[in-house]
Amino acid sequence: MDLLAIPRLIWELLVYLFLVMPDLLPIILGLATPLALGALCGVLNERSGVVNIGIEGIMLMAAFFGYLTGFALNDSLGSFPAILAGVAVAVATGAVLGLLHAWLTVSVRADQIIAGTMMNIAAFGVTGYLNRLIITPSGRGGAGVLPQFDLPHQLASMPVIGPILSMFLDQGPIAMSVLVLVLVSQFALFRTRWGLRTRAVGEHPKAADTVGIDVFRQRYMNVIIGCAIAGLAGAYLTLESTGAFQNGMTNGRGFIALAAVIFGRWTPIGSFLGALLFGTATAFGFIVIVRPAEGDLGALMKSIPTYWYAALPYLMTVVILAGVVGRSTPPAADGIPYAKEGKG
Amino acid sequence: MNPLLTRLAPKWAVAQVPVYSIVLAFAVAAAVIIVSSAFTRTGFDPLLPLAAYARLLAGSFGSGTAIANTLVSAAPLMFGGLAVGLGLKAGLFNIGVAGQFLVGAFAAAVTGAALATSPTIVGMPLAILAGAAGGAAFGFIPGYLKARTGAHEVVTTIMLNSAAALLLTWAVNDLVRAPGFSFPRTGEIGQSALPVLGRNLHLGIAFAIAAIFVIRWILDRTTLGFEIRTVGANPSAARYAGMRPVFITALTMTISGLLAGLAGAIQILGVTGFYAPGITASVGFDSIAVALLGRSDPIGILFAAILFGAFRAGAPLMQIETSVPIEVIDIIQALVILFLAADLIVRKVFRVRAPKVEITEMATVTGSWGGTPPSAAR
Repeated sequence: MDLLAIPRLIWELLVYLFLVMPDLLPIILGLATPLALGALCGVLNERSGVVNIGIEGIMLMAAFFGYLTGFALNDSLGSFPAILAGVAVAVATGAVLGLLHAWLTVSVRADQIIAGTMMNIAAFGVTGYLNRLIITPSGRGGAGVLPQFDLPHQLASMPVIGPILSMFLDQGPIAMSVLVLVLVSQFALFRTRWGLRTRAVGEHPKAADTVGIDVFRQRYMNVIIGCAIAGLAGAYLTLESTGAFQNGMTNGRGFIALAAVIFGRWTPIGSFLGALLFGTATAFGFIVIVRPAEGDLGALMKSIPTYWYAALPYLMTVVILAGVVGRSTPPAADGIPYAKEGKG
Repeated sequence: MNPLLTRLAPKWAVAQVPVYSIVLAFAVAAAVIIVSSAFTRTGFDPLLPLAAYARLLAGSFGSGTAIANTLVSAAPLMFGGLAVGLGLKAGLFNIGVAGQFLVGAFAAAVTGAALATSPTIVGMPLAILAGAAGGAAFGFIPGYLKARTGAHEVVTTIMLNSAAALLLTWAVNDLVRAPGFSFPRTGEIGQSALPVLGRNLHLGIAFAIAAIFVIRWILDRTTLGFEIRTVGANPSAARYAGMRPVFITALTMTISGLLAGLAGAIQILGVTGFYAPGITASVGFDSIAVALLGRSDPIGILFAAILFGAFRAGAPLMQIETSVPIEVIDIIQALVILFLAADLIVRKVFRVRAPKVEITEMATVTGSWGGTPPSAAR
């Protein structure tokens, strides 16, 4: 092995990344969408002081009920209206489960991590149960997927700018809505009265209560809105991305979203960047198979088994959490139920 | 007052909320079964839950074989429940039992296959040890990360579960695939299998019950157990008392992983006989329910594991004969946890006036969410 082997490999990797950029960029946002929406749910929940590890389950339930709605209405309404109804039902499912989580954590003051675990197990059970009971025996598929927005060919084929444009614009409606939702949330959380109140009840609920903010109402509102967004993530999985439902199809995305929340230091934009990072890691795993590199780098990358690339996002989450988490500070009252004095 | 009653009264005070939670969970699940029956080909059937629960009971306790099946399903849950329960005692929520189970199962399967022709007295203990070591090593990683950096074990263990499943699939495909089978799997374990006691009851059940009492002894009678409980109840107080929360956190996760690895080992050596990608994985989540239902107490875990073992043993018969999907077991589990977490509901329905028995350890679990490592506990 000569002295220049490693720098040359790094150079080849950079060249390779540049060459596959047009293939890589357009699929990143799609892969990051459920993570980004889940992370947004986590940010909105935790900023108000409620830990939600049930995002995974809420996504799964929303994905299923959205799919089920499309499945049931496809024949009577036609494909597109059925899908739209499915998306609405998915978001509503998220909101209803958010109401349940809020009731458990805010009113009953149940342990928030147990409540979230319950949500995950329940989601696995309920969706698996109904899937086996209703969808599998019917032998037919769902209503299909939302149509993609097609970027005009002249724009998409432009060098450098083309791939970046298609990363954000050559997508389905839910994926494209992510950027809007993230920016709106960032603005709302740090520039509006609602955001100030949210952060107040998340940092110091007693002080917030003293100045007349209804802590319970604020937390309910945040958890429900956040979980509705997680419901949209579920809709993305079954009604925009795959068009099918499989048991346990969220596959840990809700938990990666939580890691993205911590990575992004409890801000919408930061957690979106975290989601993009994980999306990139996943996309990279696909690209190395579809467009293998050449030369020494290609030989090296081929010697790494595909399962290792598939495990990359998960391992990266662990490494990033271990590296980042110690240096980030969560909202002070995160995870702590609030009780008014004298009502312990 | 009846002396027996006097002795049982305090035990009932602890057990009544879990017992009522189970009753309530079955009632709600019955409603789910009735409502969902309207959407099936057989049509609306208000008596379906009775038929389903009767099949569940027959499949789990209806015959000698059924009871043996229940115990076989309960054994890994005892190990898994202990793994989660021990973690909770130290304020750690080990959701990684599924991954540690897989690593333990894989290690035991590979070792067992390598020693397939050696005498049972050599191969079987070594294979079990390999499973324990594999699980312990895989539990150590999140334990160490939590202790040193504050990376919360709930997220890291779930990520490691997925990573373990993928990497072990690769290992079976590319490293240890046994020739002559149509699907990727490890070789025959031959002589390394756990001895069978009768019907399909294997020796692993005895190990599992022994583990219950060993962990109970460690928690109640040793310095280590005292330190674990103290770190779980109040990490700062533990540090002021001269204990080492960092060390205890890493060690507890390692022991927890070891127990989960043992669950995987006895499942391979006593039931399946080989490791193939896709085996499991209900043990992971079932163990959480077992530990919460048993209130992290080893004896409670023993009973909870038998209950959930009975569910797993009886559910296939229920699904075949009444076509109520097997996943109803997951729904019942979730409901049990729901009613335990929100015991307010149980208290209202059954008019229980017992003092609120909090799952106190969870305060530490949730409190450490933001990533305060035990090394920096205030």
